[in-house]
Amino acid sequence: MQHVPANQPLIIAVSRIVLLGGALALMVAPRFLDPGGLTMLTEFLCLLVLALMWNLLAGYADIVTVGQHAFVGIGAYAFYGAAVLLRLDPYLAIAAAGVVALIIALPAMLIVFRLRAAYLAVGTWVVAEVLMLAAGKLPNFGFGSGVSLPVAVAREFGARPAERFATIYWLALALAIAAFLSTWLLLRSRVGLGLTAMRDNEEAAGAMGVNLLRSRIVCFLWTAPFLGLAGAIITLQKLRISPAASFSIIDWTVFVIFIVVIGGIGSLEGPILGTILFFVLREHLATLGTWHLIILGTLSIVVILIEPRGLWGLLRKALGGDVIPVSHAARADFGKAEAP
Amino acid sequence: MVGTYLNLIVQGALLGGLYAIFALGLSLSVGVMRFVNIAHGDFIVLMSFLLLVLSSVLKLNVLLVLPLVIPLAFAAGYVLQRLLLQRVIGDNALLPLLVTFGLSIIVQNGLLQGVGADTRTLSAGALDVASVQIGGLSIGVLPLLTFAVAVALAFGLDWLLYRSRLGAHIRAVTLDVAAADLIGLSSVRVYAIAMGIVGITVAIAACFMGLRMNFDPTSGPSRLLIAFEVVVLGGLGSLRGSLLGGIILGIAQTIGGQIDGAWQTLAGHIVFLTIFLLRPQGLLPRY
Repeated sequence: MQHVPANQPLIIAVSRIVLLGGALALMVAPRFLDPGGLTMLTEFLCLLVLALMWNLLAGYADIVTVGQHAFVGIGAYAFYGAAVLLRLDPYLAIAAAGVVALIIALPAMLIVFRLRAAYLAVGTWVVAEVLMLAAGKLPNFGFGSGVSLPVAVAREFGARPAERFATIYWLALALAIAAFLSTWLLLRSRVGLGLTAMRDNEEAAGAMGVNLLRSRIVCFLWTAPFLGLAGAIITLQKLRISPAASFSIIDWTVFVIFIVVIGGIGSLEGPILGTILFFVLREHLATLGTWHLIILGTLSIVVILIEPRGLWGLLRKALGGDVIPVSHAARADFGKAEAP
Repeated sequence: MVGTYLNLIVQGALLGGLYAIFALGLSLSVGVMRFVNIAHGDFIVLMSFLLLVLSSVLKLNVLLVLPLVIPLAFAAGYVLQRLLLQRVIGDNALLPLLVTFGLSIIVQNGLLQGVGADTRTLSAGALDVASVQIGGLSIGVLPLLTFAVAVALAFGLDWLLYRSRLGAHIRAVTLDVAAADLIGLSSVRVYAIAMGIVGITVAIAACFMGLRMNFDPTSGPSRLLIAFEVVVLGGLGSLRGSLLGGIILGIAQTIGGQIDGAWQTLAGHIVFLTIFLLRPQGLLPRY
């Protein structure tokens, strides 16, 4: 029996208002923040997108990838190629990053979906490693040491740095909102319903006619363009591509896994909570260097041992309900006989 | 020209012996506990540093330090399984994966903090450069020794798992934990012993890796990827298959490295992916 606090509807309503308030605060943030703060908030939004995507794969579709950084890197390289080498309109080049990531996800699927469960994690890592090494062999992209984004391209997003930071921020915010809303809708659709059923009981879900493979494929292909777009926006901010930084496993996979595991895997609240916590911790721990990662690693193990559903799992027990409902509540007349 | 390639193939196959040692422990932990230990490579690197420190403190050849470290490695594997991994193994394959992922990052950064980012190697004294002439090829004694150890370890573990009493216990627990407990086996203890054996292979892998190649605190993941590729190439659960997988990967890397130094790693990955797509069950599947 689940514990339900007496004033549960009120608590949940307040939580939702806080969530909406946070979203509104993000909308007006550029008016109040200096470029430094805005840059950090842009990083926050990009990492949130990555966390939402990893959570969709690992928490719902049973695809525990350790190769997520590959698609971020592909997005970065595709953006550079489209904007600088092909001289496309820079906004079109961002879109191209998403498209290229999606195209590369198709052959990657051939390998990834042949591996089950535990093997899949390292298998995706191998694929990511191959893509990173291959990126270092590209002649027009500065080989292994990478290349800077020309000033002219950066200027397209704003003549002065302040304008540019604001433009990049709006792009990141738009991407984060799109990622969040569309993932939420996906999880509430037939696909998400099937995945949730699968998570609870794989055999029963299969027997009820849930097409497991199709749902997992949809999720895998779903994440690729978002990761690619995030890669393009990250490149705009860093103004440089290189195999080591654009395909950084620490920045785009390790941190993301810690964010989702600590925040709460298999919920939409978890990645949000985790990303906020990650940035708070980073502000205090980043100066500690390697201790920062040691602490995050330890924290993630402790969280798994205490509550596999993360901090949100603990909070949810206290709240007694979802702030962002992914499941569908049964209708009040569900199971009752039809009125004669 | 033919001589050059024959030489490359022999050197590559010997390198493959080392890769097989990387893979044996991983193969065992995957086969028995049904999860891939993401920290496998980092444990190997951690052990290499331990061997480095001990051999300089005790002023002993690292090959003589290895027998001292082996009981320690068994105990470390046993305790790790008993106290941490045992709590998360079960139906949800996600949890042990994430815990070992956390361990991997902790080990890497702990080493960075403790010993710095410098690249190191182990030395076995005069043995480092000793070589023998076989059929016109000059072959290092150390690679030859590594290969011999790999073969002995693969057949030894195969015997242990499929011919011995302990192996029967381990396989019983692997097949059905509840049934094994019902007939009086302590599954917790059996798992811990199995992980202890993995620890032994890690220590041996660490010794020969350090003698053969450079390592630094962040070398673990690349060793994990090699071990993983060897396990999948050989066929899941097949210890002798690991030997074959290691040899193929070693040859692919050596020939790739000959064409262009930068292609060594990539050539290994590409050969792995190609064989995997053609034969996903591996070359010598056990089941």
